[in-house]
Amino acid sequence: MERNHLPRHLVLQRQSLFDQGLLDEQFIQLEELQDDANPNFVEEVVTSYYQNTSTLIVIIEQALGTSPLDFNKLDGYMYQLKGSSSSFGAKKVKADCTLFREYCKAGNVEGCMRTFQQLKKEYASLKRKLEAYFQLARQARVTGTASRPK
Amino acid sequence: MLKSKNGMKDGLLNSVKAGPPALLELSSKITALVVDDNTLNQTIHHRLLDNLGIQNQVVGNGKEAVDVHCSGKNFDLILMDMDMPVMNGIEATRKLRTMGIRSLIAGVSARSTEKEKQEFIEAGLDDYQEKPLTTTKLASILHKVKKDG
Repeated sequence: MERNHLPRHLVLQRQSLFDQGLLDEQFIQLEELQDDANPNFVEEVVTSYYQNTSTLIVIIEQALGTSPLDFNKLDGYMYQLKGSSSSFGAKKVKADCTLFREYCKAGNVEGCMRTFQQLKKEYASLKRKLEAYFQLARQARVTGTASRPK
Repeated sequence: MLKSKNGMKDGLLNSVKAGPPALLELSSKITALVVDDNTLNQTIHHRLLDNLGIQNQVVGNGKEAVDVHCSGKNFDLILMDMDMPVMNGIEATRKLRTMGIRSLIAGVSARSTEKEKQEFIEAGLDDYQEKPLTTTKLASILHKVKKDG
């Protein structure tokens, strides 16, 4: 279902993800890659993102539990998370990754801890919101197919 | 608006049409190799190329890129990530150039310091784009691909 045929409530929900600063232009780039042959491409990418990065989040959390902190290692992990986050347009998560890396470079333990807690919240919140959006989008596609004249 | 091979509206192709008219026809004849260890980037880059009708293969690190060439395969375009395990993009690019591979190699990396970028370019790149890769950036790379015949 093309974006300009989405039901209004879905259009508004999608727009709110951008208005809240959660997503950026890269998400739109991925939407442009969807077609009848790949109708769920964006959802597949996002699902893959959360599958691939969930372990990374755990690893970072464990690394933050060691003393002294290995800032180089932490920076490396966060570089990976930032790269994946920017690939699908997760704007706020990406920004938190950038901030975390700055604290790593500065050797700021408290900054790293605080930013990581913030990042985890944004990461989880985005997941919930996108799951809700994709579920509605799938329902809209089914409804759209069902009501199409034969 | 241009239509893709499948006869569907495709906004992507408009970015490709910005160049010479032959570019659209060219993209359907180009072969590409995606070299990236991140499965998310593999998926996205593969789909970006696929959507332009570009036949492409995906490998997970620089050594696999070298190996696929040693097996006799050749590509018009190589999208090379920089940070990869086993063999990174810089080493892989150098190795491929040493082997005489003349494909267009475009570095695609999230690294953004000039020093890192310069080191990658000096390894033998023809182009460099910062991640995330977009259709506009890909179109810019494709404009540089020359197809003999």
